[in-house]
Amino acid sequence: MGKKAKNRREFIQSGMRMSLGLVVGGLGALSLKHVTKDEWVWQIDPFECTQCGRCATNCVMSPSAVKCIHAYDLCGYCNLCGGYFKPDANKLSTAAENQLCPTAAIQRRYIEKPYFEYVIDEDLCIGCAKCVKGCTSFGNGSLHLQVMHNICLNCNECSIARVCPSHAIKRVKAADAYIVKGDFSKGGKT
Amino acid sequence: MVKKLIYISFTFTLLLFAWASSGQQRFPKPEFENGYVQPSPVTPEPRAAAMEFFDVIVLLVALSLASYLAVKKRSRQGILWLSVFSVAYFGFYRNGCICSIGAIQNVALAFADPAYAMSITTLFFFLLPIIYSLFFGRVFCAGACPLGAIQDLVIINPISLPRWLRKVLGLLPFIYLGLAVLYAATGTDFIICRYDPFIGIFRMDAEFHMVVLGISFLLMGMFVARPYCRFLCPYGVLLKWMSMFSKWHLSITPSKCIQCKLCTNSCPFDAIDFPTNEKEVISTKSNVRKFLIYAILIPVWVVAGGFIGSKSHTFLSKANPNVYLAELLIAHPELKNDPDNIDVQTFMASGKSLETLVGEAKVIRNEFYIGGWLLGGFIGLVIALTLLNQVIYRKREDYQPNRGDCYSCGRCMDYCPVDR
Repeated sequence: MGKKAKNRREFIQSGMRMSLGLVVGGLGALSLKHVTKDEWVWQIDPFECTQCGRCATNCVMSPSAVKCIHAYDLCGYCNLCGGYFKPDANKLSTAAENQLCPTAAIQRRYIEKPYFEYVIDEDLCIGCAKCVKGCTSFGNGSLHLQVMHNICLNCNECSIARVCPSHAIKRVKAADAYIVKGDFSKGGKT
Repeated sequence: MVKKLIYISFTFTLLLFAWASSGQQRFPKPEFENGYVQPSPVTPEPRAAAMEFFDVIVLLVALSLASYLAVKKRSRQGILWLSVFSVAYFGFYRNGCICSIGAIQNVALAFADPAYAMSITTLFFFLLPIIYSLFFGRVFCAGACPLGAIQDLVIINPISLPRWLRKVLGLLPFIYLGLAVLYAATGTDFIICRYDPFIGIFRMDAEFHMVVLGISFLLMGMFVARPYCRFLCPYGVLLKWMSMFSKWHLSITPSKCIQCKLCTNSCPFDAIDFPTNEKEVISTKSNVRKFLIYAILIPVWVVAGGFIGSKSHTFLSKANPNVYLAELLIAHPELKNDPDNIDVQTFMASGKSLETLVGEAKVIRNEFYIGGWLLGGFIGLVIALTLLNQVIYRKREDYQPNRGDCYSCGRCMDYCPVDR
């Protein structure tokens, strides 16, 4: 009697084990259809970005992994830079009171008359997008935000993407981890 | 003077706007005469894909080692050091991401959304612990899971919880699993990752309320051992199902139980099943009647659960940003003129019509309606089966680990006086 009961129990055990194994195997085989070899990372599509400023505050890293980068190909090297100066700047000088950037992360350097170069100190940038807004509204839009992958933890679900009002943050393949603006419209070369 | 300049540039901008949008440069890039070399934008590369595969190998080694230590070597000390390693590597070094618990959501989203493909390493992280559980029990929980390991390391003076409380709280992981799959499949949110209590500790940086939650879980974990694993972890549900029918499993004694009862208080998780007390077994007749009643009630529970789930779909779908925005704009049309509401302003500026948004929201809400039925039905089924399990008596002669609840931590093995 005891032996029989044990046999039955073992039979149920192994039967369930086999069926669970089949379920897991089937699930694995089905998932293979939905699998890529590429790793995914998060990136901002600069053409969708509306510079709301949430990147600076919603990243799990502080300061944010989102920083401004400069697509020099697009820069007009303007003296009156909409990304560098406050709209009510007293003077077009590097004085802190005139700068739009809250952390003075943009360095302005004279090149030749009347052109100036703007370089971003990535260590100081907090990704607030104030300069991006200025450059996009008044200039060529060469300043734009990108997720810096040396800082980004590549969270399973980006906490900025969840609150991004323009759905500009998307998964991209790790092989092409950056969407640097190379042209003025979305369809252009990047 | 400067103001004037800005006004001029502003009008200039407006004038040039049509140009710019057609692919023209507002301010063309100058030709420099002094040999200026243009720098290139800084774009640091992401972590190499090879490193992700290295993580999979580390997981594989950790799982194999945990199986060996729990089932073959019977070494509590070894499992302890393995958990220290897992906390250090998967926790503090890899910042708690990627993890098998969160991978549930990637799998759910990959099946629901054809546009989303998960990476192969994510699939490995999801499947490997499940496969190991099917063969060796919950060895992932024992030493490879950083969340389990950090809780295991803080257990100081565990108290035993009454059975009814364990059973009731034990329903929470099923609800959490169902909700996580529902939210991931509808593309709404990854709630497991967002409300992971320990990730803030691993990263030494998180929102204030998550840090408070993490620390309170650890403080609670000193007395109620592994609170997250036992009463929340959604992945534990899957591992439990596998482990219940595992091929091999940790055993308290290396050979034959001598009924010395030394191990009875060794398990902090109340996962040791005692031998059946013949006196307590209720007479077979009333038991069979109870069993039949509970069995007949299973469909009732499923339908009732599904009904409640489908009724709450409106509430559940509010977490989706599109549904939320559509509802907000319908209920408060005056918000369209609120300059401080970034979501509304961005939506208005995007040129998308309210009808399109409402249409999208309706599709998502419909998904939630179906999902609500499934979720509710699943929870109903779980409750019904839990009840049914209460009237099934299995005859046990020895002290044995409960295969579903045992984390294979190996504490009980040290208490067993039988040598070989």
